[in-house]
Amino acid sequence: MTTTTSGVGATAPPSGQVPGPVRGPLLVVEGLWTWYRRHWRSTLVSSVLQPLLYLVAMGVGLGSFVDGGGRAARAVPELATVSYLQYIAPALLVAAALQNATGEATYPVLSGFKWQRNYWAVAATPVTPHQLAHGALLWIAIRVAVSGAAYLLVAALFGAVAGVGALAALAVAVLTAMAFAAPLAAFSASIRSEGQPFNVVLRFVVLPMTLFAGTFFPVEQLPALVRPLAWIAPLWHGTELARGAVVGEVSAAAATGHVGYLVSLLVGGVLLTRWRFRVRLTA
Amino acid sequence: MSEEPDTVASVIRDTALVRASGLVKRFGDFEAVRGIDVEVHRGEAFGFLGPNGAGKSSTMRMIACVSPRTSGDLRVLGGDPDVDGPRIRARIGVVPQQDNLDNELTVRQNLHVYGRYFGLPRAHVRARAEELLDFAQLTERADDEVEPLSGGMKRRLTIARSLVNDPELLLLDEPTTGLDPQARHLLWDRLFRLKQNGVTLIVTTHYMDEAEQLCDRLVVMDDGRVVAEGSPAELIRAHASREVVELRFAPGHQERAVPVARELAERVEALPDRLLLYTGDGEAALAAAHRRGLQPVATLVRRGTLEDVFLHLTGRSLVD
Repeated sequence: MTTTTSGVGATAPPSGQVPGPVRGPLLVVEGLWTWYRRHWRSTLVSSVLQPLLYLVAMGVGLGSFVDGGGRAARAVPELATVSYLQYIAPALLVAAALQNATGEATYPVLSGFKWQRNYWAVAATPVTPHQLAHGALLWIAIRVAVSGAAYLLVAALFGAVAGVGALAALAVAVLTAMAFAAPLAAFSASIRSEGQPFNVVLRFVVLPMTLFAGTFFPVEQLPALVRPLAWIAPLWHGTELARGAVVGEVSAAAATGHVGYLVSLLVGGVLLTRWRFRVRLTA
Repeated sequence: MSEEPDTVASVIRDTALVRASGLVKRFGDFEAVRGIDVEVHRGEAFGFLGPNGAGKSSTMRMIACVSPRTSGDLRVLGGDPDVDGPRIRARIGVVPQQDNLDNELTVRQNLHVYGRYFGLPRAHVRARAEELLDFAQLTERADDEVEPLSGGMKRRLTIARSLVNDPELLLLDEPTTGLDPQARHLLWDRLFRLKQNGVTLIVTTHYMDEAEQLCDRLVVMDDGRVVAEGSPAELIRAHASREVVELRFAPGHQERAVPVARELAERVEALPDRLLLYTGDGEAALAAAHRRGLQPVATLVRRGTLEDVFLHLTGRSLVD
């Protein structure tokens, strides 16, 4: 019962190759890019136009009530020096990034397993479930960064943002979005239903976070009892950082704390996503 | 045929692309595959025949290196899937039971994107895609999105996609389930071509005609076990008969016909709606049945099939 087939590659030269830990995720991104090149127009409204509408409505419209001194300027130090438009512009950048990332980390991820099932197709190739998870998350980060850059460009034309601080804010926006999206992708990879839990996430996590975690007014204006809820929200940490980079100041200690919190969520989320992808695809 | 049997056997052993022994797959308390031994040789079209839930797909997923075995030994292209998964997957092609094409990409883009996952250069993938479009008879639809394609076209595209890395071993899980007869025949024609080109095929199916058409050798699976192995002809010879007479009776009359039928055939199977008489000469048995006074409302003489083999081995039909 001896055999000469001693190992892989002994019989014939392989035509397919095994992509490495860097190339694998990049190939996944390339596949998603192929999709995006065909369908990017349909994503513009939600990813770029919507945050700009918020910026105009709140910053210019509501801002006309807020600006000009008064109670708001006394309560919020930044408003003594910048307009309300400039106050919320960096925060809306982060909030929009988080919302976009949420969209990308929910239904598209579940679809990869459940409806379109294209993750199963990838699992049959040399690309591993871990590499697929990395690629899927990297793609979300790229999408968020590109949308954020487009938003910043238009916001700068309005005079809503300026300076290199805006670039720092963009980096913060991507970090914040991924700190939320990575654990969410792990959750999306775990659910078997038709995606109903996503509505709960959107209504009871993302929406309250956008309204109350410092985007439109400081968390200090909240009743003391609910403030801790804002502090655990990744969006609050991102908003503090982004706003600090563009219009105000954030102490090094505070910045370190915010970045540390967001990076921890991100790293934990990536590890969870890898794990859930592997478990589901290698049953 | 002129070679010594021993020589042939040793050559065959040396070309085993898949070798499983005592292979087990358990999902929690449920044992889907209960210790099977299988060898698939280079150039062979090998089949797993059995009803839904027999453990075929679980076995295929283990061979495809996407589902780790619970116990037993498995070698695919000489490697251990637990250790060499990505390297083995680089050299095999997989057609899953359920299409998982990218519906929002074009036919051609599906081939391009998939080929890239195998680390192949863009220029190579582009050239290969054109060959595969031609092979799958999809050149005219190359720039259409996948979504509106017919089931048969999607299936052909899935097969084309599985060939993008020029695999040494092609795994097809229920390749024609859900297709209309015309689409099935078109697909079988494509698979025959692959077979003629020397591609090693492993097919799971619960259609006995598919198994007979495509497979040089097959195992019959039931309830996670292999219950028989051989070529379709060998299996029919061993477990069925050359010909089969089917007798249908008016309701309530079949019961009384059974003792008579048993005297006319080597073996009789009583299905809810008909009697099957296994015999070497169907016409003679049918004539004898009429002479003995049986009055079936419908009769059919046909050759023995793998369906009969399965019925004999398990007492059940392949397709319920």
